[in-house]
Amino acid sequence: MAETPFKAEIERVQKEYSEKMTPGAVVYLPGSSVVNKTGSWRVFMPEFNRDKCVRCYLCYIYCPEPAIYLDEENYPVFDYDYCKGCGICANECPTKAITMVRETK
Amino acid sequence: MPIKKVMKANEAAAWAAKLAKPKVIAAFPITPSTLVPEKISEFVADGELDAEFIKVESEHSAISACVGASAAGVRTFTATASQGLALMHEILFIAAGMRLPIVIAVGNRSLSAPINIWNDWQDTISERDTGWLQFYAENNQEALDLILIAYKVAENEKVLLPAMVGFDAFILTHTVEPVEIPDQELVDEFLGEYEPKHAYLDPAKPITQGALGFPAHYMEARYTVWEANENAKDVIDEAFAEFEKKFGRKYQKIEEYRTEDAEIIFVTMGSLAGTVKEYVDSLREKGLKVGAAKITVYRPFPVEEVRELAKKAKVLALLEKNVTFSVGGALFQDFSRALINESEKPKIVDFILGLGGRDVTFKDLDEALAIAQKALNGEAVDEVNWIGLRKEIL
Ligand code: SF4
Ligand code: SF4
Repeated sequence: MAETPFKAEIERVQKEYSEKMTPGAVVYLPGSSVVNKTGSWRVFMPEFNRDKCVRCYLCYIYCPEPAIYLDEENYPVFDYDYCKGCGICANECPTKAITMVRETK
Repeated sequence: MPIKKVMKANEAAAWAAKLAKPKVIAAFPITPSTLVPEKISEFVADGELDAEFIKVESEHSAISACVGASAAGVRTFTATASQGLALMHEILFIAAGMRLPIVIAVGNRSLSAPINIWNDWQDTISERDTGWLQFYAENNQEALDLILIAYKVAENEKVLLPAMVGFDAFILTHTVEPVEIPDQELVDEFLGEYEPKHAYLDPAKPITQGALGFPAHYMEARYTVWEANENAKDVIDEAFAEFEKKFGRKYQKIEEYRTEDAEIIFVTMGSLAGTVKEYVDSLREKGLKVGAAKITVYRPFPVEEVRELAKKAKVLALLEKNVTFSVGGALFQDFSRALINESEKPKIVDFILGLGGRDVTFKDLDEALAIAQKALNGEAVDEVNWIGLRKEIL
């Protein structure tokens, strides 16, 4: 996935926050999740079988993160930087094109 | 010209809210404070108060709606009591941590079990560590005034903390007294419009509130709540002074009554202070050197004022309608903390009384006085004494 154009700005603000507490711990720059990658929490990861996929996009719609985007041929692509491994996509997929497998290092 | 009306403390609280012009009121009815939102809903329905009145399905939702509204940048108000306040507990921490200047009127009531709808202070006392400011009213006028003062302090930039104002269940919530309703223009001058600085909802300037705080930040965030409580001490004094100038009624964190040359000082809060002042009068007539002190501001705890008070007496007799297990009453704990490192200190004797709406009579106070006098004479007494306890049925 391409780098966010705000990365430098977000990192600057994050540095500022680590140096100065705001009243109520308000974060004045939303979007910091772009650099706070949440995919590291995952225990299971979705494994995608392109041959079985009918491009119905149920996985794309249901992903709560949303960590699924589409490639040039409109097949789902999983962004493992943000996929938290909830398994909803696998559950929703009508053709069982997605299976959850244990994450290994 | 201010007008005088005869009203219950619940109505006085509703009038205070009306005068403060909150934009959102969210409330769930609970005895004994039901009349507060009821009266406010009338003000809103009659077009006398331009606000959203949100009817919610529980107190947890009431305070959550207030947090949402306050985070969006408007003045908010709610009222509750007892189990209702306890149900808000989780969100009370959030409101303080997010530094949202919400004001709650609390009709001080006991907590279950057994179910009891009458007065003591256990509900608000149990929330003393949430970070909220806490004021206690002696009468219906104070209920109104302290709500206005609570807004003034809560919204101060050096404070930005939520505040609760307690007034005793039934003794005040359901008893009528003459109450002066201040002029709207003067209240407007006193409070000003609430202008949110750190918490607002503005699509042009998006912010995140109530976000995750990692160990690297959580402690500092908690410290700022501590610091804001410390800042509130001066801000409260300033607000009291300004209030007196504008409305002519004087408030102090600790109000002293006939403490000059007193040997024993009774310390209490809320409506019990009225009874105790009368009692002190009766003792003074008998030539006894006894005084009274009323805690109006309980959080932030007025440590300095307690130290000053302690210099004036040989025995401080704390009269409290709450229990802190293994300790006595919460005041006993707070007074001990304030005085522990003082070189000269009076004896502190703690009295737990009037729980669950039991009347506190002169006879009860005689019982407390007898123990305080023993302490004065250097005799050994219990640190914690339950007054009026029916030992025969135990
Ligand atoms: S496992 Fe969950 S988070 Fe990951 S892609 Fe599937 S739906 Fe999204
Ligand atoms: S739900 Fe299954 S079939 Fe539908 S697009 Fe996603 S992977 Fe393909």
